[in-house]
Amino acid sequence: MPYDYSLVLKQKELQTIKSQFIMKKENSPEVDFIHQPIGRLGFLKFSGAAVAATGLLVAGVGCKKDDDDDDNPMAEDLGSGDIGILNYAYALEQLEAAFYIQVMATPFAGMTQEEAQILGDLKNHEIAHRDFFKAAIPAANRIKDDLAVNFSSIDFNSRASVLGTAKAFEDLGVAAYNGAGQLIADVQYLALAGKIVSVEARHAAAIRDLLNPWSADFAGNDIIDGNGLDGAKTPAQVLAIAGTYISTPINASNLPS
Amino acid sequence: MKMLNILEKLGDTKFDFSQTNTRRESIFSIGQSGKAILTAALPLGVIAATGASAKANTTSVAGAASTATVIDVLNFALTLEYLEAQFYNMGVTSGVIANADLAVFNQIRQHENDHVTFLTNTIESLNGTPVNSPIFDFTAGGAFQPFVLYGDFLALAQAFEDTGVRAYKGQAGNLIGSDAILTAALQIHSVEARHASEVRRLRTKNGLDTSKGWITGNSRGTLPAPTQAVYDGEQNLSQGGITNITSITTVSAAGCQEAFDEPLTDTQVLAIANLFIV
Repeated sequence: MPYDYSLVLKQKELQTIKSQFIMKKENSPEVDFIHQPIGRLGFLKFSGAAVAATGLLVAGVGCKKDDDDDDNPMAEDLGSGDIGILNYAYALEQLEAAFYIQVMATPFAGMTQEEAQILGDLKNHEIAHRDFFKAAIPAANRIKDDLAVNFSSIDFNSRASVLGTAKAFEDLGVAAYNGAGQLIADVQYLALAGKIVSVEARHAAAIRDLLNPWSADFAGNDIIDGNGLDGAKTPAQVLAIAGTYISTPINASNLPS
Repeated sequence: MKMLNILEKLGDTKFDFSQTNTRRESIFSIGQSGKAILTAALPLGVIAATGASAKANTTSVAGAASTATVIDVLNFALTLEYLEAQFYNMGVTSGVIANADLAVFNQIRQHENDHVTFLTNTIESLNGTPVNSPIFDFTAGGAFQPFVLYGDFLALAQAFEDTGVRAYKGQAGNLIGSDAILTAALQIHSVEARHASEVRRLRTKNGLDTSKGWITGNSRGTLPAPTQAVYDGEQNLSQGGITNITSITTVSAAGCQEAFDEPLTDTQVLAIANLFIV
């Protein structure tokens, strides 16, 4: 494998654990978590116990939870094996769906008919992806269905902010699926990732074209390299970016590499 | 050279054009006899791309594709990239493209030529032999005039890009275990999808269609009827063991169909590509 993200993640986790348990709040990007410690503690204790009780049933497939001492017990553990990759995709689709739901609930001023059609379609596609993963991943192995998002850096009244964020999310989604393909063991799951990633790429091109029509930006040189290849990012690289918008801590350290 | 020979053989394949259809109307149609010849002419490695049973015979115990299979897949991809690269090279130099759309097609042209170079180098790095480019006839025997009529150029561009997306998608499983190659193939696959989205929307901007960047159902929009083979199967609603995904979401059937692109087998792809190969 050309990627080694496990070390990076371990370091990030340790940092998160430090900040949460040693209460160095200012070092933690997870501000929202700090604001709701009691409710989350209660929920996760219950959730963890429930998963532990049913974990034996899925042993060998890829457990969502394990007893790794390095794990942050507060974090949603994506798990291992193909299930881990599915949970990883589920987390990203939850983020995208939440974003477009908000975009269409509070449309920016002057949203054109074309923009509304495209952004409305994207909302539906990402909801379909999200709901698919929710149905496809066994409940016992699945991360929570309502990851907390933090969109405080996005101005939903601003076309530039919304389309700029959409562009970043779609490009990130493409790179995430492209990078995760080689981590998938089951050919059926790889096929599913392939069915979804090209739709994300279609989205990315359309959003980029809205921002800069009749230009090369739909597949610009900022994202496509000299070999004509699109982006590919490791889960650690993707989550480092997506983490800005997902306030629920995520533990990706058990993903395949 | 193996793929070229195959494609040359395919060039002799006789298709079942009915007498009542014009060549243009039948151009993407292929009869059962044609399919049989197509299948017979393809090497095991390429056929393995689509058949689970054949795949099992050509994969190692560890589940990774053999180098021979990987090279066959790369040569299959290279053949499609030759087709696309030459199509856009000729389109850009012909002057048929509207000035407003030139920046888009110059970028697509660059990518397809980059893909030819990249695949050629990759095949050589695996000690394989890259196939030569077939000789193309983008009029498909006079059915289209892509370098004279801009509408024809745009129509074929959309058909080629949407086919390209489905072609790479259909090969991913054949590259499982060959991590670097699989990743690169996925990276090309998503570039083709960006192209497809852009070309589809350009056709709408040019007033030729109402197509969106994504494929709704199995609709070919206003493309000629024979391009239906490019879109057949895209209406699929069965995903990942869920018989009908509209049962697990509030999203409409059309939205669900748009949300998942579908693969084509190598045989299906070659049946389309061969129509433009002399």
